[in-house]
Amino acid sequence: MLAFLIRRISQSAVVLLVMSVLVFVGVFYIGNPIDILIAPDATPAEYARAVKELGLDKPLWEQYFVFLKGALQGDFGKSFVYNEPALQVILARLPATLELAFTAMFMAVLVGIPLGMVAGIQSDNWIGRNIMRFSILGFSLPTFWVGLMLIILFSVQLNWLPSGGRGETVDILGFPVSFLSWEGFSHLILPAMNLALFKMSLAIRLSRAGVQENLQMDYVKFARAKGLSNTRIIGLHVMKNIMIPVVTVLGMELGNLIAFAVVTETIFAWPGMGKLVIDSIGVLDRPIIVAYLLITVTMFIIINLVVDILYSILDPRVRLGQER
Amino acid sequence: MRKKLLATFIALALMLVGVSGAFAQTLTVGLKGEPTSLDPHFHNVHANNMQAIWLFDKLIRQDSRQKLEPGLAVSWKPVSDTVWEFKLREGVTFHDGTPFTAEDVKFTIERIPNVPNSPSSFASMVSAVTKIEIVDPLTIRFHTDAPAPLLPRNFAAFNIVSKKNAEGASTADFNSGKAAIGTGPYKLVEWKRGDSLTFARNENYWGEKQPWDTVVVKPISNDGTRVAALKAGDVDLIDFVPPADVKHLETDAKLRLVKCPSTRLIYLHLDSNRDETPMVTDNAGNVIKNPMKDVRVRKAISKAINREAIVARIMEGLAVPAAQMVPEGYEGTSTTLKPEAFDPKGAKALLAEAGYPEGFKITIHGPNDRYVNDADITQAVAQMLSKVGIKTEVNTMPKSVYFSRASALEFSLMLMGWATDTGEQSNCIGSLLHTYDEEKGFGASNRGRYSNPEVDKLLEEALVTVDPAKHNALIIKATEIGLNDVGIVPIHYQVNVWGMKKGLNYNGRTDSYTLTREISVVK
Repeated sequence: MLAFLIRRISQSAVVLLVMSVLVFVGVFYIGNPIDILIAPDATPAEYARAVKELGLDKPLWEQYFVFLKGALQGDFGKSFVYNEPALQVILARLPATLELAFTAMFMAVLVGIPLGMVAGIQSDNWIGRNIMRFSILGFSLPTFWVGLMLIILFSVQLNWLPSGGRGETVDILGFPVSFLSWEGFSHLILPAMNLALFKMSLAIRLSRAGVQENLQMDYVKFARAKGLSNTRIIGLHVMKNIMIPVVTVLGMELGNLIAFAVVTETIFAWPGMGKLVIDSIGVLDRPIIVAYLLITVTMFIIINLVVDILYSILDPRVRLGQER
Repeated sequence: MRKKLLATFIALALMLVGVSGAFAQTLTVGLKGEPTSLDPHFHNVHANNMQAIWLFDKLIRQDSRQKLEPGLAVSWKPVSDTVWEFKLREGVTFHDGTPFTAEDVKFTIERIPNVPNSPSSFASMVSAVTKIEIVDPLTIRFHTDAPAPLLPRNFAAFNIVSKKNAEGASTADFNSGKAAIGTGPYKLVEWKRGDSLTFARNENYWGEKQPWDTVVVKPISNDGTRVAALKAGDVDLIDFVPPADVKHLETDAKLRLVKCPSTRLIYLHLDSNRDETPMVTDNAGNVIKNPMKDVRVRKAISKAINREAIVARIMEGLAVPAAQMVPEGYEGTSTTLKPEAFDPKGAKALLAEAGYPEGFKITIHGPNDRYVNDADITQAVAQMLSKVGIKTEVNTMPKSVYFSRASALEFSLMLMGWATDTGEQSNCIGSLLHTYDEEKGFGASNRGRYSNPEVDKLLEEALVTVDPAKHNALIIKATEIGLNDVGIVPIHYQVNVWGMKKGLNYNGRTDSYTLTREISVVK
């Protein structure tokens, strides 16, 4: 186990290093941020001064090593437009994104799994077929379109929920959250629904497949023969067995939710990391873009690692130490 | 039945009272841009400059049509060719109660060129000043090496911070509100990055009484979301209503739209200085001498563009055909320049005369996320040029890629925008038409490298002519020469649209700012 951990962590370090080079070079070649940041009537001297202030006069490799040296000490440089440490700017937006992602995941599980089980049990009648139709819609409709439709329906037409923003927040342990007040929660519902739709469809399909598979199994037949009630068979025994794949897949998807809530955050003006990174790409705020991508990569590495470890705990047949 | 009617009536009345009551209390505005910082000297960019005026004041204000009017300075005059004297307003205090004096002005001007890491500073606005002399707490003199006729215009660009609070303060101190203490109509209550800015009325404001107790600014960059927020009643007013939404919002009985022309000029820059230009070939694809060095070709391009059609069809009427760099009627603008009339026959004749009867091949470049309908305008211009025989290909790209490539002189013909902050024409001539000159500080945005010694001479002379009438005459002459020589091809000025709830009134500003001091309740 220890050998596995050491190997995985050193592999991850290499991945991060390669990523940092790719991202840095990529962002460098998109364009020169000064041309977007500077006032158009600036004189050439002022232009040169701004280039120097932001350290863009140095050659690429030198800029990279300055960055790398700082990054190893946890300093990703100062944002060009906010003049604050990039990491700090991003982490300030993290709670909003996490709240949105977890709420969306919660909705997906709470609605998706029961619906999927119903669809599995009732697969040959209209209920099951309609649930599957819904899940196909959830898979295929583009997020931005669904987002706009939600706004038009619930905000503009019905006027039930606010169209965007985060609303009132309450601090827990120093982190602002929305879900503790109704006003704040009302701002959370639509973006979370928008974000949850795809994962909900995924949960429906996974649990439906799981239920159908398990219903054919001998242990279900045996339980039936023993005279257990249907509710108990499905609610307890089948449920337990389908949860393993569902939880694994959704756990992996959580990373995606956190990292790629970009579209939803932009449409609902949700002040999270995704919106920040889109704004930063617009003005080529290099430190923010680079730091964001590296944080995202790190997050995926950690999630994968945790999943692997959990696997070995859940299923002793998986031996981490003996991987090829 | 009658009871029901009565109840409905009472409910409605209560709602109306509630609504108008709420109006007088809190105003919520949804704005496209969010400031990157509340340090008024950190980043010279639209959203920051606008938000700064809420908290701070300038020595000289600009009215909604960019005319200068007294701000923290009640009067200003040149006492000699190289000395300007400003009289400051009496009885003004900062939000923390400290009185405003000449020391604050001196501190501000000394701070401006020294803001660390500034990606775009206001240094050029104060660079003429060589010495600051405080005569008494309310009189201050600025000495310059050369005559500086534009000093008041430049001083209308930046805000005055308080020496007591801003001394030693970093940009982050302004963002947290610690140093964001001005003399402006509103005090900062809270800035939740990406979500909202909250302001409270400054009860001791020296200027006009503000109608709102609290103003909340919500940055909503997505056009569709901003419009939806207004329709849903989440915000009371929005800026930059996208042209495509204007028609359906106009039919909404609960809303009101206000249109106001802006100083944002959309124009073409053409590579007119190099012998060979990267994006031009003859019809067979061979490299040829740069045709746009010839003024007849430039004129032909201008004549080929149907400005009325672009305004009517692409901009849905929300633009005004342009003839020069700042709309007519502003200081130092020509009265004889008129938008070039659409004349495809004349264009073809000019091309033939210049030796291109069969035209040539060119690629036009444009951004696709910077100006209103920028990619569509680029596309339309290309079609219009093709119709007179210049076979034009189109290449549009995101602004993050576009502007650095344009600055690297990779393009031959490009769509650009320009908005003057100073409200007069000399800075446009200096940036767009004056020969690129690093030493003298001209031509930074002259991406076509247009060069005309006459224009250069007239502008440089104007910049040291303090007498306003003579100064303006020189500027007008430089403009007329530069534009008759087609240094750039002006297309149109954008018209900005604000949307608001019925019951509110805002007339809009040509600088596209949304200022609460001009938003009122219709009685």
